[in-house]
Amino acid sequence: MASLLADFGDLSEAEDAAQDAAEEALAKWPEQGLPDRPGAWLTVVGRRRAIDRLRRASRGREKTDQLARLQSRNIDPNQINLEEVENRSFDAESSLLRDEQLRLIFGCCHPSLGQEVQMALTLRSLGGMTTAEIARAFLVHESTMAQRLVRAKKKISMAAVPFKIPPDHELLARTNQVRTIVYLIFNEGYDSSDGTAVTKQELCSEAVRLAQLVADLTPDDPESLGLFALLLLIQARSAARIDADGDLVLLADQDRSRWDQSLIGEGEAVLDRALRLNKSGPYQIQAAINALHDTAATSAETDWEQIELLYRQLVLVSPTPVVRLNHAVAVAMARTPVEGLAILDRAELAESLENYQHYHSARGELLSSIDAGRAKDALEQALALTANPAERRLLKKKIGAL
Amino acid sequence: MKYACLIYSDEANGEANPDPTSEAMAKIMVGYNAFGEAHGGDIQAGEALAPTSTATTVQVEDGNIVTTDGPFAETKEQLGGFYIIDVPDLDAAIAAAAKIPHSAAGLGRIEVRPVLEF
Repeated sequence: MASLLADFGDLSEAEDAAQDAAEEALAKWPEQGLPDRPGAWLTVVGRRRAIDRLRRASRGREKTDQLARLQSRNIDPNQINLEEVENRSFDAESSLLRDEQLRLIFGCCHPSLGQEVQMALTLRSLGGMTTAEIARAFLVHESTMAQRLVRAKKKISMAAVPFKIPPDHELLARTNQVRTIVYLIFNEGYDSSDGTAVTKQELCSEAVRLAQLVADLTPDDPESLGLFALLLLIQARSAARIDADGDLVLLADQDRSRWDQSLIGEGEAVLDRALRLNKSGPYQIQAAINALHDTAATSAETDWEQIELLYRQLVLVSPTPVVRLNHAVAVAMARTPVEGLAILDRAELAESLENYQHYHSARGELLSSIDAGRAKDALEQALALTANPAERRLLKKKIGAL
Repeated sequence: MKYACLIYSDEANGEANPDPTSEAMAKIMVGYNAFGEAHGGDIQAGEALAPTSTATTVQVEDGNIVTTDGPFAETKEQLGGFYIIDVPDLDAAIAAAAKIPHSAAGLGRIEVRPVLEF
C-alpha cells in the first residue's frame, strides 16, 4: 500500500487500489501460482486498476491531477510492464519500497495533521491495525474513529499534504516528529494500561514494530535506533508490570524473573549500535537508563549513580518538567530523599507539574520516610488527579501503608 | 495547488501594526516588498486590509440588509491581509507562509487554507 500511496498521494485511492489488487490476487494466484515478487505484483496490479478507475472518473480536476502525478513518475499507464517490475533486482526493489514506506510515514506524521490523527493514520497505514482496533485502543466508537480518518484523508487530499521525503533542511525535524508519534503510540498503550485492556497492550507492540521500521528506514540516525532500543527495554518488563489481580507493580517490586531477557538483549544490542554512531540524544539516554534498570539483578543493586548522571545529561538536552521530575527521583535514590525533594519543591517545577499525578505521587513517595502527614497529602493529591483504576488502587495501597 | 495565506496579528500591538506613516511601517513594507519579489512567481494576489475598526458586517435578514459596525467576530488577532499563492503542495505553502514578514518576525500567524477549485 505504501507504494500505491506514493503514486496517488491519496489514501482512499491507495486503499481502494490495494483492495482491488488483493481481490485480483485471490482470483489469480490459486490458478496461476504465486508470482516471483508478490509485493511488486500487487503494486503493479493495484496501480493499473486505479488508473482504470481514475480514467473512468477523470472528469474532475482532482482526478486528472492524480493521473498527472502518476505519469510524472514516468509510468505510462498503457505500458506498465509486469515483467520489467518483477525482474528488477532485489536491491532496487527494496530501496524502492524503503522510499515508499518513508513517504508514507512522513505523510501520516505530517505536522499539519492533529497528533491523534497522525497516530491513527500511522497505525492504520503502517501498523496493520484496523479502524475498529484503533478505535478500541483509543477508547472511542468505531464510527468516531472512522469519521476522524475520513476527515483526515479529506484534508490530505484537499490541502495537498505531501507524502514525500522532506528536503534535507527539514529532514531532522520531520524525523523527530515521526519518532514522537511512535513514542506517543507506545505511551498511549503504556500509560492507560490497566491490566484488562488487551488492545492497549497491542498499541505497545505495534509501537515497537513501528520503531523498528523507522530505525530500518533511517539507519544513519542514532536517535531512531535509540527509540527502538528504548521501547524494547521498556516492553521487556511488561509482563511483570501487572500482577495477577490486574494491579500495577512498581519497578522496585517487580518479579524480575518475568522480564523478557531476549527483548533486553535485543534492546541492548540496538542501543550499542546507536552509541557507536557517536551522536547522543534524548532517546538514547533514556534507553541507556532503562538498560541499567533491566540489567540490575535486584532493585537494591540498581546503579542509581549512573542513572542520576544520565538524567542530568537528559535534563541538558531535553529540559522538560517531566524529565526534571525523573531526575529528582534519581537524585533521591542515588543520594538522599531530601536532596530529591529540594528539586521537586522548586517553585517553577511545582507550578508546571501541578496537575500531573506522577509529580504528587513521587513527592509522596520521597516524603514517606520524612513526614508521613505531608506524604499522605501528596499521595491524596495524586489520587485526585487520576481516573485509572489500577493507579488508584496502587495509590490507596501506599496511603494505607503510611 | 492554490492556497490562501491569511495573515493574522494583534492590531493593538504597535510593533505588529505600526502607524502607517511611521518608520517601523516602512521597515515592514521593505520586508513585504522583498517577499513579493522572492515569491513573485507563486503569488497570484495579495492585499493588506485596513484595520477591523473600519469593518462593516453585512447580513440579510428577511430580505433586509442589516449592517453591524465592526468585524464579524471579535478575536484576539485580526485578519490584516492575505496572499493567494500557487505552489505544488502544502509543504511549499508552509515554507512560503513562514517567510511572510509578520510570521518571520514572530509578529503574527498565518492560516494556510487550500482554495477550492470549481
